Order: sequence, then structure tokens, then C-alpha cells
Amino acid sequence: MNIVVLVKQVPDTATERKLSSDDNTLDRAASDGVINELDEYAIEEALLLKEKHGGEVTVLTMGPDQAADSIRKALSMGADKAVHLVDDALHGSDALQTAYALSKALGTVEFDLVVLGSESTDARTGVVGAALAEYLGLPQLTLAGKVDVDGSAVRIQRATDYGYDVVEAQLPAVVSVIEKINEPRYPSFKLIMQAKKKPVEKLSTADAGIDAGQVGVADAGTETTDFAPAPPRAAGTVVKDEGDGGAKAAEFLAEKKFV
Amino acid sequence: MAEVLVLVDHVDGEVKKVTTELLTAARRIGEPAAVWVGDGAESGKAKLAEFGAEKVYTASAELNDYVVAPKAELLAMLAGEKSAAAVLVSATPENKEVAGRTAVKLGSGVLTDVVDITGELVAEHSVFGGATITHARVRSGVPVVAVRPNSVPAEPAAGAAELEEAGVEVSEAATGAKVVERVVQEKGARPELTEAAIVVSGGRGVGSDDFSVVEALADSLGAAVGASRAAVDSGWYPNQFQVGQTGKTVSPNLYVALGISGAIQHRAGMQTSKNIVAVNKDPEAPIFELADFGVVGDLHSVAPQLTEEIEKRK
Repeated sequence: MNIVVLVKQVPDTATERKLSSDDNTLDRAASDGVINELDEYAIEEALLLKEKHGGEVTVLTMGPDQAADSIRKALSMGADKAVHLVDDALHGSDALQTAYALSKALGTVEFDLVVLGSESTDARTGVVGAALAEYLGLPQLTLAGKVDVDGSAVRIQRATDYGYDVVEAQLPAVVSVIEKINEPRYPSFKLIMQAKKKPVEKLSTADAGIDAGQVGVADAGTETTDFAPAPPRAAGTVVKDEGDGGAKAAEFLAEKKFV
Repeated sequence: MAEVLVLVDHVDGEVKKVTTELLTAARRIGEPAAVWVGDGAESGKAKLAEFGAEKVYTASAELNDYVVAPKAELLAMLAGEKSAAAVLVSATPENKEVAGRTAVKLGSGVLTDVVDITGELVAEHSVFGGATITHARVRSGVPVVAVRPNSVPAEPAAGAAELEEAGVEVSEAATGAKVVERVVQEKGARPELTEAAIVVSGGRGVGSDDFSVVEALADSLGAAVGASRAAVDSGWYPNQFQVGQTGKTVSPNLYVALGISGAIQHRAGMQTSKNIVAVNKDPEAPIFELADFGVVGDLHSVAPQLTEEIEKRK
């Protein structure tokens, strides 16, 4: 079973993240780039499925040159090879354009399953997996807390407000995973060394058959018109508990009419 | 006035609060028209009328048998047929997916996790863990917008809420992912986390899987219970209650953080709460930068006292 894992490089949550005042898109130079956290769970799940069912795991990322670091990370966890969709024309693409571009890039790879994290920690739209299924015309098995493949059938537990739905589909399909699905492995020294030799194919928009008029900030269906730092919250009151901390908190809640 | 489609969230005919918020927002833009999937529209109708829905388009419960795709087909079809000005949904994980697919079908654009929206369809977002406010719009086509619960205060306004069959059938293409079983996990009587007006969350400071001190305070306030990632990762509380960057985003009127340091990952899930109360042993904990009221102390003594005081005042 061949699996493609989608990976995104995002600004490190621990650093200060910024937008660029040139075109209101993410300022990638302002903070360190790291692999999107939930993507590590997607890689882990793909590796677990490969260990069980055989086949190959290919990493696909769309992003600027520096996204190669996230590809290395994925390869050093154990993925076999990678495709890097990189083109200036893609700069500033919104979530739907990203899904469109990825759907085209997936046309260059053989796969039975596409696995991705349910959202990225930067834009957090949570729509790419669903939009990708729409563009590809494949079953949408998203928000999975558990994935099982049996022959040509795939079954997931899809997280809901009330618990989960058991959802079934035939391969090929698009699966997105949530954090509880597994515990991502740490790359071993041996794998890190091997990763350096694994093949990484660079793909331009033309190579992938992407219509350049459908991607990039100028042609995005959405536009960020302005941004500003959030107004700071007014400083609150902090008291030390002298045996009456709970009572004081209750007074605050009463003032605010919560009790 | 153009219709604004609002996808109704309901549980067996009972309309959720977020839908009344969406109807309120829809009235700024045009004439609200509710879209009801499944049974119970007759019983839910009164609530929709109370918040200004002029129409209620209904579709069969069969749409819920498949993941997301049939709902997107329904919304895209109605948006085209009715020349809708916009489509609004609640920013739940599932509805964000519905929004994304609907926008692809409409060839328009999607805005998710919106915290406010104007009559001219300018949407406000709170991004990067609440550090930055952005405004965005959809450039062309019918905007599809997912609005975060508890963001737009619901205000009543009478509407006709006239029921009309949408007349949609699930296409073959939308049946790829079939729901074969629904599993309901422990929920109890507490309100749902993302909808709750008050949320009480516990973190590392709770110290064990005994969350009773958090739950007791939550119950005294009629609140939902949340948990930080540290607590969930330690196996102290189930995953679906996790608040933060990789969990749920909440925006209640009151958020009480017990034993939560307030790392950026957590703040991303609760920073737009209107009032924040924090209890933490560490006076340097970043949660105190956000707190309207903070108590430096052990939650195991502060929270029970607070619970007792609340009970006394009832």
C-alpha cells in the first residue's frame, strides 16, 4: 500500500509569529520554521500502516526552499522519499488554493492513501483535508483518532462532539489525523544519516500541471485586508492565597454577575 | 434583500445556541434562511423564528449518513438557487470542513474561525494564539464563513421561519465515506465545551486523574470542563476535552484556569474568552498576564473554597 503524507512547514509556535506588511501573508523570515506538529502524527500513522501492510511512504510538501528542513525531518522518521512542490507562484496561496495545488501534485504520485494532520498550527483553518477530498473526488476520512486498513477498505474513528463516528470507505482515500491517534517516534541516528540520501524530487507548478492563474496571493479567493497586534488585555488583579483565595475569587465572580 | 444561508446545528430538533448567534450575524448581511439537515425541523422552527429566520430549508437525515460531502452539496445547491449573499456555519471541526467543500463547489472562498463579521462581509480573526487581529474578505462568489461560537451575541428578532423542502438528493459522488456507527462517549449533564458560557479547565497542577476538584467547580457554575494538553497527555482527562492549539478553541464569557501555566499552545484555544480567572501556584505563570482575576495558590485549597462560596451564594 502506497501512502503519501502531506507535510507543512510552519512558524514555530514558541517564537513570535508575524504577518508581512507587504502583502499581509505570513512573514516566514520572522520566525523559525518547524514541521507542523500534527503532521508528525500523520507521518507516524503512515509508517505504522506501512509496517503492517507494506508499500512506500512518500512525503509531499508545498512551500518555499526552507521547507526542505521539514522534508528531512519526515524522511528521518522513516519515510522513503519526498516530493517538494516549490514555486514562487505559490506564495500566499490560501487554504483552498493549497488544496487545489496539492491535488495536482498528487497526480504525479501513485498512492492508495493520502494522510495529513487535521490542521496546521499557523492558519488553523482545518479545511485542507476536506477540500483536497473534494478536488480529488475521493472519500473524506478526516479527524481520525484511529485508522484500520483491510484489503481495499479503510475504516476510521472520526472525532465528533459526542464521541466518534465509525466511517468506512474504499481506497484510495484522504485521511486526516488528530493528536490522540499515536505517539510520533523520534528519529534514530541511523535514520537521520540515511535520510540525507533519500530522493527528494522538486516539482514546479508547471511540472504538476497547476494553472498558475489559480494559485498565489493575487488570485486567492480570500484576502487579508489588514492586521494589527491585538489590544493588550487590561491588567487584572492578582492576589496571593492567604487562606481566603477562593472567597476572593467568588467576590470577583459575584461582581461580574456570574454568581 | 438577498438570503443568507445559515446551517443549523441541532441535537434531535433542539437548536444550539450558536445557531441563534449565526442568525443574528446573518441579519447584518441580509435575510436569514436556515438550512436544516435531519429530522426535527418542526420542533426547532420556533427557535429559528425567534432569531429572525424567514425561511427554513429542510433536507433528509440521509445526508448525515456520509461524511461532510452531502451537506456541502446541499449548501452549494441552495446558494446557487437562491442567489445567496453568503453561507454561514459554526466553526466546529466538521462544519469548517463543510464550509471548505462548499466554497470549492461554489468557486468562491472560505473564512474560518471568524470572531466577528460586518454587514459588508468583512470578517475578523484572532490569530497566532490571540496575539494578532486580522480582517479578511472573500474576493468573489458567495462567501462561506465559519463563525466561532460565543463570538456574536445572539439577539432575538421575529422571522416567519417558513419550512420549505430543499429537494436535494445525495449524489453518488458524495457517498464515498459512509458512517456505519455513531459512538456516544461519556458526556453527562454538562454543557458542550465549545458552546458553554463558562468553562472550567484543569492542567498539570491538578496532579492526577482525579479531576473532581475541577468538575465540582464547573458544576457549581453550570460550566463545561476542559483540560490542558499536559493533563490530557498525562492521561488524566479524555482527549475531546482538550483546550488549546491542537484541541478545541473556546470563547466563553468566563474561563477558569486551574493549575494551567498558560503556554502559548493553551492560550491559542482560550484567549478570546471574555473574562479569565486563574489559580496557579507559580506567581510567574504566564496565565496571570491574561487573567482578569488571579489567585497565586494551590488549586486544591482555592477551588474547593470557591465552589463552596458559590454554592452559598446561590
